[in-house]
Amino acid sequence: MAHKYRVLYCLNQFFGGLGGEDKAYQPPQLHNGARGPGMLLEKLFPEIEIAATLVVGDNYLSEKTEEALREILALLTPCFAAAGEEKIHLLLAGPAFNAGRYGLACGAICQAVQEGFAIPAVTAMYPQNPAVAEYRKAVLIAKAGKDVMGMEEALRTMAALALKQLNGEELLPDQDNYISHGQRKNYFTKKPGAHRALDMLLQKLAGKEFHTEYIMPVFDRVQPAPPVRDIASARLALVTSGGIVPRGNPDRIEAASASRFGIYPLKGLSAFSSATHQTAHGGYDPTFANDDPNRVLPLDAVRELESEGAFGSLHEFYYATVGNGTSVANAKKYGDEIAKLLLADGVQAVILTST
Amino acid sequence: MSKQIERAGIPVVHACSIVPISKTVGANRILPTIAIPHPFGAPNKSPEEEKKMRKELVKKALKALATPIDEQRVFSSEQKKRNLDCL
Repeated sequence: MAHKYRVLYCLNQFFGGLGGEDKAYQPPQLHNGARGPGMLLEKLFPEIEIAATLVVGDNYLSEKTEEALREILALLTPCFAAAGEEKIHLLLAGPAFNAGRYGLACGAICQAVQEGFAIPAVTAMYPQNPAVAEYRKAVLIAKAGKDVMGMEEALRTMAALALKQLNGEELLPDQDNYISHGQRKNYFTKKPGAHRALDMLLQKLAGKEFHTEYIMPVFDRVQPAPPVRDIASARLALVTSGGIVPRGNPDRIEAASASRFGIYPLKGLSAFSSATHQTAHGGYDPTFANDDPNRVLPLDAVRELESEGAFGSLHEFYYATVGNGTSVANAKKYGDEIAKLLLADGVQAVILTST
Repeated sequence: MSKQIERAGIPVVHACSIVPISKTVGANRILPTIAIPHPFGAPNKSPEEEKKMRKELVKKALKALATPIDEQRVFSSEQKKRNLDCL
């Protein structure tokens, strides 16, 4: 057998086989050998041996990232101190697919480990995972599909990328299927720029495929709206991506990848209750929200403050969707549609809650 | 959604527990909340205490909506302290 690469593998509570949302607050745990997708990884890449698997709960890491990272680094220090045959060569994390919390965890752990232990760390995510924007520059992120259907492919891409990186081979985003760091590299070509630009233009005029040599970064920032001038008379609206809907979910908003939002009345309602409302959101433990939906969309407190004169009045509808794997394009569309309705109804301020 | 509503000129406060996501997506007024499955809840507290915490958070949200900002701001208690330090 050729040389084996010893890998430390990081998974969330779900892929690590500890449980679902009930284990989302699981503190980091180190297990010997491979677990879950790690076993497939060893099968696909015989040169890889998973020395240990770190499992950490999604909420535990996302809510208190810095503390959790300190704990993880302390836990991993003895592993990385090993030398000789026990030496760890590489850290792999995920694939996190389109899961936001898991993506953040993978990105944060990879960054902390490569900085703290000078060891390469590679993860894999769906390019629209919100963690990509945060970690793309610091961490090698292989491209993965949207969900677990793409597991094998993502493992192949991630591990191939990591092995190339370990061997000091040159990496290129398109060829190695990872998310570009946004770096430019000089190289010599036979054709000068003017020729290449004309070739591109001719292709474009002919309606044929062409590839830009420098993709312009997109910064989608919005100028902050001016503050509410007179909060005491302002009309306030509530919006949520936490999936709070009337009981029975009349619009059948999906638990993941929501294809719509709902508009629901608040007239005459002083608070939500488990009898009237629930959450339609998948991907977090719904017990707390279903017991008391005000925990996600604080209608009871808002009503009290309304009667105390802390603001003018509450808009008589609220708007809800599920922000679980929802595409950016759809979220944008819902935002536009909700904004139009709010403007037409003279709403001056919005509290938008997310889980 | 937060950004599109702000684009229309209505100030939005994004109350959420995973602040890094809100920051990278580009919400402007961000209010950190209690926990992912219960941003405005504290199930381990008594109902009275929980309600009080929730009301305090909503008050903070209203205050954020009435605060002029030039760029993205996280309305956390540390931020408040830092602002005071600057005065």
